[in-house]
Amino acid sequence: MKRWLGILLVAAVAVVIAVYYVTRPEKAMETPQTAQTTAPAPAAAPAATPAPTPPAKPARDDVIIGLSLEPPVLDSSLNAAAAIREITYQNIYESLTRIDRNGNIVPGLAESWTVSPDGKEYVFKLRTGVKYHDGEAFDASDVKFSIDRLIAPDSKVPAKNLYRSIDSVEVVDPATVKITMKNPDAFILFNLGVADAALVDPKSSPTNGTNPVGTGPFKFVERKEGESITLAKAETYRDPSSIKLNKVVFKFIKDPSAQINALLAGDVDTFPGFQAPELVGRLKADERFEVVVGSTQGETILSTNNGEGKPMAKLQVRQAIAHAINRDELIAAESGFALPIGTHFSPADPAYVDLTGTYPFDLAKAKELMKAAGYENGFEATLKLPPVGYAKRAGEVMVSQLGKIGIKLSIVQLEWPQWLSEVFKERNYDFTIVAHTEAYDIDRYARDGYYWNYVSEEFRNVYKEMVATVDPAKRAELLKQLQTIIAKDAVNGYLFQLAKIGVWNKNLVGMWENSPTPSIDLTQVYWK
Amino acid sequence: MLEFMLRRLFAALFTLVAASLVVFAVLEVLPGDPALVMLGMEAQPDTLAALRAELGLDRPLWVRYFAWIGDMITFDLGRSHAYKTDVATMLVNRLQVTMPLAIMAVTFAVCLGLPLGIMAAARHGKAGDYGVMMFSQAGIAVPNFWIGLLLVLVLSLGLRWFPAGGFPGWDRDFWGSLHALALPVIALGLPEAAILARIARSAMLDTMREDYVRTARAKGVAERNVLFGHVLRNALIPIVTIVGLFFAFQVGGAIIIESVFYLPGLGQLIYQSINNRDLVVIKDVVILLTVFVLAINLAIDAIYALIDPRPKIKA
Repeated sequence: MKRWLGILLVAAVAVVIAVYYVTRPEKAMETPQTAQTTAPAPAAAPAATPAPTPPAKPARDDVIIGLSLEPPVLDSSLNAAAAIREITYQNIYESLTRIDRNGNIVPGLAESWTVSPDGKEYVFKLRTGVKYHDGEAFDASDVKFSIDRLIAPDSKVPAKNLYRSIDSVEVVDPATVKITMKNPDAFILFNLGVADAALVDPKSSPTNGTNPVGTGPFKFVERKEGESITLAKAETYRDPSSIKLNKVVFKFIKDPSAQINALLAGDVDTFPGFQAPELVGRLKADERFEVVVGSTQGETILSTNNGEGKPMAKLQVRQAIAHAINRDELIAAESGFALPIGTHFSPADPAYVDLTGTYPFDLAKAKELMKAAGYENGFEATLKLPPVGYAKRAGEVMVSQLGKIGIKLSIVQLEWPQWLSEVFKERNYDFTIVAHTEAYDIDRYARDGYYWNYVSEEFRNVYKEMVATVDPAKRAELLKQLQTIIAKDAVNGYLFQLAKIGVWNKNLVGMWENSPTPSIDLTQVYWK
Repeated sequence: MLEFMLRRLFAALFTLVAASLVVFAVLEVLPGDPALVMLGMEAQPDTLAALRAELGLDRPLWVRYFAWIGDMITFDLGRSHAYKTDVATMLVNRLQVTMPLAIMAVTFAVCLGLPLGIMAAARHGKAGDYGVMMFSQAGIAVPNFWIGLLLVLVLSLGLRWFPAGGFPGWDRDFWGSLHALALPVIALGLPEAAILARIARSAMLDTMREDYVRTARAKGVAERNVLFGHVLRNALIPIVTIVGLFFAFQVGGAIIIESVFYLPGLGQLIYQSINNRDLVVIKDVVILLTVFVLAINLAIDAIYALIDPRPKIKA
């Protein structure tokens, strides 16, 4: 018996020594710059007395940003993942125009531009003296190279479709570029300002996926695959004094409760797009953090297969569904972090019309319409959901709400690749729930073979007119008409606009509150 | 002995070929198109076709199978479609986390579970035995990710003794990396220690009933020597088996713990490659895991033969 006691005692002592040994070197290692990853600001308080408020420290010049998903590569021409755009846009790469935090189109690498009266010629005057991170000079030939890459016939660029209206790019002189259009395109200035239109150097472009080189204020330093990506202020940037951060680390943490732990432990300073609204309460209670709810371009809709042979091909059935949707319940399921929408357009846009009242929540009316359509006893249908939190939450609500008018939905949970193949490409579905996150993606309703199977000559005609309209007021008027057509046709169930829940340290200033385009723009971020 | 090991080796090779066919077939049947995942919701028929051709997905099945096997035999793991990085580099990065984690967790489980099991058997029916059995019951019932979350709550967020997660990397901060793995090791190792304690105890108790143990005691061998010399050695076979299984499991199966502590381990790589339909990576990783598990099994067989030279040589 004494022997066991002895062994246990030795083991206990060994554990104590081990713990001491493991915890001790942390302090010794605090001098090298790497210590920041293990012991960032709040955790740097003496281990024995965890202080809720960190002691006053000089303003930091680095920031650690948490992201849910890791980007596969760092070149938006290779992959559609939003994380690529969030990390690289404005920070590493720049485009001709740029989209600011409010969604306005402002000068990017083009200082100014002129548009011909017929909307078919754009002449961009470029900034001069711009350099890439590797020291190469930027000029008009790079613009031609980058845009030709998007519009080439054999192009494999995910966003190729955004640039189909471009006919050719011409270098007028090293600081001037002329873009000729096949047809006028109201959105081309916006689309030339998003991450997909990043301007790159032909020399470095083949390796941009793993070693991105751009003209932006931050240069790529290293990637620890599966863990983090580090950027540093680029000394080649044209206006270095305007950039306050010297080092930026993006850390990838997928699990929402691990995200909260990382914030609370101080391993991460911000999650610009926090995706678990039900957990936000824990952060609001902590005075170190600020929770800011902003808007995104993500219209969350009950996508409906309008195709031949489906009950939903009948307008009355779709109208019945629209009447059966109670948005208050859906938004409550999002813990209140969402805005109701009545059409496929962002409420943050000036051209938005509130159409939530087109088919107000009215079960009696809905049942009447179902009867008129010949579905008095309802029908059975599948609801194929992609693996995202909001779809799961809204999916449960839709099962209950449509159940009340006799539509018996059965949920089929799909993986993302399955969803893309089965629902999106093969159009083998009845209903699904997904957020359409591209800006101005109302053009999908004019497309052939899009997964909703919606065909409307009226919509297509107005759309054609709108796209060709250069006058902003006239164009806004036509955009409103388009929103109204699809709302009246009840093409899809228009549920809510996804919110952008930004969480950041109270002392971190300048992060984007809204997300007019996927970007974590750090050019104006600093510590107070 | 040699013939026994050779036969095992042959069986292992056969298993490997079968596994390669199964992996390939399953990935072909699995719905989802890697090119479509890369292009996302803006995919157009023309871009999709061009990308499929670039990735070589338009080649016939058998061509792709043999191209893959040929590459594997020449130790060319290929390049990830989605990451545009060599699979070998990705694997090395991930194994830097996964291997130390697995070795430390198994060591922890053995150092804790084995002595507890021996003690419980030696003190069968007494307080110590009941204590160990209670620990073991609790350890088996509680899932490891819950232990992980609890450890983070108390030891990281509360006492701030350990980081809540992440992995700084061995080359840049050795102690910090060890520190970062401490809690995951405990979370993974504790339930395994509980299982091991229980198995060691019952194996020891079974052996204690053998005649040769009674004979040893009757001829006056000291109790300590009976326990370690006669009982433990004969009880080792199930113990070695289960330790081998733990090890094999942890190399690929620590996904949830990796997620709780946001560690860039092999489990996360598998998960994310499946989500990206990164076929090259999945195929390679699964086959290498198969090789690994087969190697562990061979090692266990060899250890069996060392511990107990009697039975399986002829079997």
